[in-house]
Amino acid sequence: MSFTTTDLKVRHIAARQMQAGPTRSGKDETIVFLHGASGLPLWNDFFGSLAERYSLLVPEHPGFGGSSPPDDIRDIADMAMYYLDYLDRCTSGKVHLIGHSVGGWIAAEASCRNTRKIESLTLMAPAGLRIKGTPTGDNFIWSPEESVRNLVFDPALAERMLSRETSEEEADMILANRFMAAKLGWEPRWLNPALERWLHRIDVPTKIIWGANDNLFPAAYGKKWNDLIEASSLEVIDRCGHLPQVERPDESARIIISFLDGAAK
Amino acid sequence: MKFACFTLMPYRPLDMAERNKHRSAWVVMPNSLYDPRKGADEYESYISQLALAETLGFDIIAVNEHHQTAYGMMPAPNLIASALIQRTKKAKIAVLGRALPLVNNPITIAEEFAMLDTLSRGRLIAGFVRGIGTEYHATGINPAFSHERYLEAHDLIVQAWTRTGPFEFEGNHYNFRYVNLWPRPYQEPHPPIWVPSQGSSETIRWAASPERRYPFLVTFSAQDLVIRYLQMYKNQAREFGYEASGDQLGWAAPIYVADTDEKARAEAKAGAESLFNDYLYNPWEMLLPPGYMSKSSMKNTMKMRKALGSRPRTHSIDSLMESGTVIAGSPKTVLEKINRVRDQTGVNILVSMLQFGVMSDELAIRNMNMFSSEVMPHLR
Repeated sequence: MSFTTTDLKVRHIAARQMQAGPTRSGKDETIVFLHGASGLPLWNDFFGSLAERYSLLVPEHPGFGGSSPPDDIRDIADMAMYYLDYLDRCTSGKVHLIGHSVGGWIAAEASCRNTRKIESLTLMAPAGLRIKGTPTGDNFIWSPEESVRNLVFDPALAERMLSRETSEEEADMILANRFMAAKLGWEPRWLNPALERWLHRIDVPTKIIWGANDNLFPAAYGKKWNDLIEASSLEVIDRCGHLPQVERPDESARIIISFLDGAAK
Repeated sequence: MKFACFTLMPYRPLDMAERNKHRSAWVVMPNSLYDPRKGADEYESYISQLALAETLGFDIIAVNEHHQTAYGMMPAPNLIASALIQRTKKAKIAVLGRALPLVNNPITIAEEFAMLDTLSRGRLIAGFVRGIGTEYHATGINPAFSHERYLEAHDLIVQAWTRTGPFEFEGNHYNFRYVNLWPRPYQEPHPPIWVPSQGSSETIRWAASPERRYPFLVTFSAQDLVIRYLQMYKNQAREFGYEASGDQLGWAAPIYVADTDEKARAEAKAGAESLFNDYLYNPWEMLLPPGYMSKSSMKNTMKMRKALGSRPRTHSIDSLMESGTVIAGSPKTVLEKINRVRDQTGVNILVSMLQFGVMSDELAIRNMNMFSSEVMPHLR
């Protein structure tokens, strides 16, 4: 099972998107997955499982990957509005919106503004909130190696990730991704102080997924998200760091699919 | 040639064994390693050295700004500049510089520079910098907007100095209903603006543009890079249709002079190696936070530094002298080395750092005396 990558244009802003499924008898429903700060994900079983019965779209955030940073997307609020445009123009009907890390933050910001095109919301270790006295990790000061070791729970997985060679093209994209991620989350660090005042506006079924061993955004943050969003439930995955879809792909997909099959319908 | 005497004011009593437990002497190294009483002694030493520089015939004495680091004890360089104004009569006082993007109200920079210019009756040189990458970790300011904020803060400050107030400033990062500077600068139309830089091509192009022609100082780089960056400025000027004068070109380097090459090498060793290995060294993530430089500049910088083969914290006095990053030797040797860069670039401003790293007051003062009596006169 695999995906295709296509070019995307939302108004004048160009980006790419990965597209897959449904590979079995479909439900005629669409999942939109918003990626985290490290950019378009590597395809794995997590995405494969989602694409079995759903049409899966994984758009690349403007400014990430190869594209040059667009002038009119300068912060998380711009990005949220951009994705409302995207949902209006590039998807038909309502979608199940999933976001990981900074992508989860974007998804939550968009959902606070308008859920007209959003059927359900899944937030995987989203950025965006703060618990005073419970600091987040500083992935802008970590070295690349430290980042990998801090982002996953299983040291063997970290070794495998570190042994992957990076091509020059990928190194370029990493620079671009970090640049755009800094725009969105450097100051205040991965935080919109106003967000917690407005999360009550999210009026769609919401699943929050957190790795019990997340060293970037500690699992305590999951509880806070769950407390602030009305129709939400929280699932904490044990032996799992900040990348549930990478570290526990089957478990993560299972949680999401059963959420979409049940609560979201 | 014009000569500036410059010091970073490093905190010399640093416990290096403790320092080595941290990835950098910036931002993440605990300030429990700083002793306020020793700090007071350090200020006294350094201010005395800079005041002595005027007596020795230096044209300019210079200070600069860094934050949360043992590398330099001047988070507020204007305070030192103010003290120097009281201790000197003729020397220009250069603040090289204030880091514009790090403040949320650049009018305070315009105001303080105007005060210093007035207090010194027009002796101020105003350096405009962005701060090094670590500064963005120290202040929280978003490095992705560093260039934008620099350019906008520059426009605001120059307008505050030159336009009749009150006027309104409408920017993206900075917005002010009332800009109306009291006091205005002493010099007309405003103090000279200098641009020290590690060589980002965007900064060089901007500084060289015909309406600005700001002197560009290349700081602490191997000789090949110094020449390359100064050439870049000259080429830019030519592209803009004019010839850059030597007074637009500056070079900041650690310099050490002694009777013989061997003695100079031996005496400069501890200072130079500690400067580059212990005080200045930063991992990439701290030195080049995302967006601090454009992607292409960042790639070039990483490539150039890699090509120089510098492994982290392995600089030796020999490698530093060989690359020309540190100029050390007998007066004759030092003259030759400076002349080599001058001949190739026409550089006419030399910002000499005569105390560096852990170098003692005694050696620093001897170095200042030797440099001013044995080297400077031959380059005038």
